[in-house]
Amino acid sequence: MTPREKAALQRIGPLLALLAVCLALSVASRDFLTVGNLFNVMRQVSINALIAFGMTLVILLGGIDLSVGSILALSSVLVAMLLKGGHDPARATLLGIAAGAFMGFLNGLVVAKGKVAPFIGTLGMVTMLRGFALVLSNGSPITGFSSDFFSVLGNGYVAGQIPVPVVWMLAMFALFWFTLRKTVFGRHVYATGGNAEAAKLSGVETDRIQILVYTISGAMAAMAGIILTSRLNSAQPTAGVGYELDAIAAVVLGGTSLSGGRGWISGTLIGALLIGVLNNGLNLLGVSSFYQQVIKGAVILLAVLLDRAGKK
Amino acid sequence: MKRAVFVVTSLVALLVACSKSGPDNSAPASQAGAGGPVVGLSISTLNNPFFVTLRDGAKAEAEAKGIKLLIVDAQDDPAKQIASVEDLLQKKVQVLLINPTDSDAVANVVKRATAAGVKVISLDRSVNGAEVSAHIASDNVAGGKLAAEFLIEKIGGKGNLVELEGLPGSSAARERGKGFHSVVDGKPDVKVVAKQPADFDRAKGLSVMENILQGNKDVQGVFAHNDEMALGAEKAIEAAGLKNVVVVGFDATADAVAAVKAGKLAATVQQKPDLIGKKGVEVAKLLIDGQPVDKDIPVPLDLVKQ
Repeated sequence: MTPREKAALQRIGPLLALLAVCLALSVASRDFLTVGNLFNVMRQVSINALIAFGMTLVILLGGIDLSVGSILALSSVLVAMLLKGGHDPARATLLGIAAGAFMGFLNGLVVAKGKVAPFIGTLGMVTMLRGFALVLSNGSPITGFSSDFFSVLGNGYVAGQIPVPVVWMLAMFALFWFTLRKTVFGRHVYATGGNAEAAKLSGVETDRIQILVYTISGAMAAMAGIILTSRLNSAQPTAGVGYELDAIAAVVLGGTSLSGGRGWISGTLIGALLIGVLNNGLNLLGVSSFYQQVIKGAVILLAVLLDRAGKK
Repeated sequence: MKRAVFVVTSLVALLVACSKSGPDNSAPASQAGAGGPVVGLSISTLNNPFFVTLRDGAKAEAEAKGIKLLIVDAQDDPAKQIASVEDLLQKKVQVLLINPTDSDAVANVVKRATAAGVKVISLDRSVNGAEVSAHIASDNVAGGKLAAEFLIEKIGGKGNLVELEGLPGSSAARERGKGFHSVVDGKPDVKVVAKQPADFDRAKGLSVMENILQGNKDVQGVFAHNDEMALGAEKAIEAAGLKNVVVVGFDATADAVAAVKAGKLAATVQQKPDLIGKKGVEVAKLLIDGQPVDKDIPVPLDLVKQ
């Protein structure tokens, strides 16, 4: 096998796995392969996918963002408070995303300017932002928004059948795909992740790239939080615990290397779909939730093993 | 290429294997719905023994009645709960038993279920903001009565009682208090000398009880609306050097049951989660058969004593 073929296989591997799982589920459960269920899965996937898109950029830099779950919770609480305070729902939504972006910006500052390892820097933010979410909400969920606009963000349908969160997900996917493939910023992300020193010497402002990428990751987490808040009609200060792991799993399943510089946004979408399809399919099959965790872990391990094998 | 084939085959094998061997999956999945009735059960968390027992009760009853019960676990995450309930709806369950992670957060998905023609029954916790066909939970009023009757018997039919109330406004505090007073208020020789909220909190139970004892040491019995407050009160009584005060708690937490065994608490009222699960499946069957059901279905409790 030539290196070219190998690379092609690696990119197509996650897709093959997704197709195989879908095929197996279609055989095992007749409820799986219906239009209704496929949109159902995509709606469930959208929250993780949005977070994972941002996480892809962070991981392309060789970093990690553990704080996405806490950013999601704090942004949800902020948006809920704005809505309760009678603010215009569109403005509340935008302010919520801006707040998430600002939290990500702080992550970026700590990592790029403070030279703190991303794992530690964002770990500190996990606790701090969660704390703020609990303080602001006084520890209890904020519930009951009357705005129709806000309800549509998570619960509505476009063209009768396509859930609005799926539209968000596909639109953001297109934006990320374009940014990574066609813009100078995208090339600089790959360059910084591949070799930060070399990138710096060739004129890439690596600090700025880092700060920008963490800011984007924060904004994406906030966007996911807003969809979640709309779906639940309730902002939960304890929401999003463990979501960073689902997002990282989607990125890694999609073939993006944790050491940075190599990866694809389309892989991340496939990775997120794979996790979502497994969740959905195992529920449809009536597999106990304890076994579900075992299976999902095994799938992630297998995918990473394939990735390692491809690199040799 | 070989490796890719290997991984893909393992994935498929894994899925096929688990589709046959999952413990909650008694019939082959492809035949689900073709035979008997299908009921979905969405549980807030299986990380808590209370809900595991609830599930076991439901499972046993479903097996006995020939109902296929699909169980999903929300792991205390409302987002996971709505996702897994949507999966159950795809699976065309006829009735959904839901034990909400959060009473408000499940309203949207309960509405969606109702719109899809699925009857919904809430278990243990109620649903705010959406209609359900029935709500099944412990009978807190009966639990309060049970505690009162036991207390009165233990103090020999006469004496002074203290009531430590739960968080003001909470349904548990209201109902447990109501049951307690329905027994105690009629008795001429029994007097509730103090009645104060301690918010279900052990530290508050301690300090409130200390304050009460400052004013009046002539106390024979204490009813606390939960075990945490009972354990706090017991510490205050011990510190004040009082003996033979009968303390009764509520919930049968592990701490409280140990304290009952050690003779520090006289008793604690125990909920019966297995009965809640069993009742849920019974009522689901009635709904499937088109029978009328009560909107509020209380489940009895019992007493853990030495």
